[in-house]
Amino acid sequence: MDTTSPPSTSTRSAGRLGRDVQAKIGSQLRAIYNDVVKEGVPDRFVELLKRLDKKDEKDPAP
Amino acid sequence: MSLDPSVRDAVLAAVPSLRAFAISLSGNVDRADDLVQETLLRALANIDSFQPGSNMPAWLFTILRNLFRSEYRKRRREVEDADGSYAQSLKSQPEQTGHIEFQEFRQALGKLPQDQREALILVGASGFSYEEAADICGCAVGTIKSRVNRARARLADMLSIESMEDFGPDIATRAILAGNSTG
Repeated sequence: MDTTSPPSTSTRSAGRLGRDVQAKIGSQLRAIYNDVVKEGVPDRFVELLKRLDKKDEKDPAP
Repeated sequence: MSLDPSVRDAVLAAVPSLRAFAISLSGNVDRADDLVQETLLRALANIDSFQPGSNMPAWLFTILRNLFRSEYRKRRREVEDADGSYAQSLKSQPEQTGHIEFQEFRQALGKLPQDQREALILVGASGFSYEEAADICGCAVGTIKSRVNRARARLADMLSIESMEDFGPDIATRAILAGNSTG
């Protein structure tokens, strides 16, 4: 094991986080967020906009 | 007046990220979808005040945030445990994301003060600039920056993230790898 690099001394002075920590938080945050984004547009919202559009056209529902 | 198709498309295109934002604010899918629905109704009722060519997502996010804020304040007066109910609602949505390993992260996120959580999400997940996030939240750019920094610091603290060492493949895997490498 001659490839050991010196242990990264964490530089958290003055509340500043290392770039790796920020990157990790960012990737977890985006993963959670994108799980929802990937679900796309639920039908209820497509329908809602259609309904509102029709109402605007003064096409009263029976 | 009928809805301009390009406006309708722009609104629909923003829905997935509006939902993601709403879920991360409220911690509850059903409530989030109601919030999105209310946002769309409000937006279309006021579509004349939208400047064509300006930032549709930012406009919708602003409406959603304001709606959530007023609802949140109302609820807070009714039930005095905002944080507790948030954490609870997260637990009741196990399949909200398929990733069990993010449970701890999600709970830590839920413990952040509202201001910090929304700033972090807008900048760190929704992809808004600090300037756009400041517009959405109605505050100064410097305020957003400091909220984001404090949010990150608190998350790192709660999750005991000290360095990249904590992030690798899971500990068991690394232990095996380490064991094998000596042989």
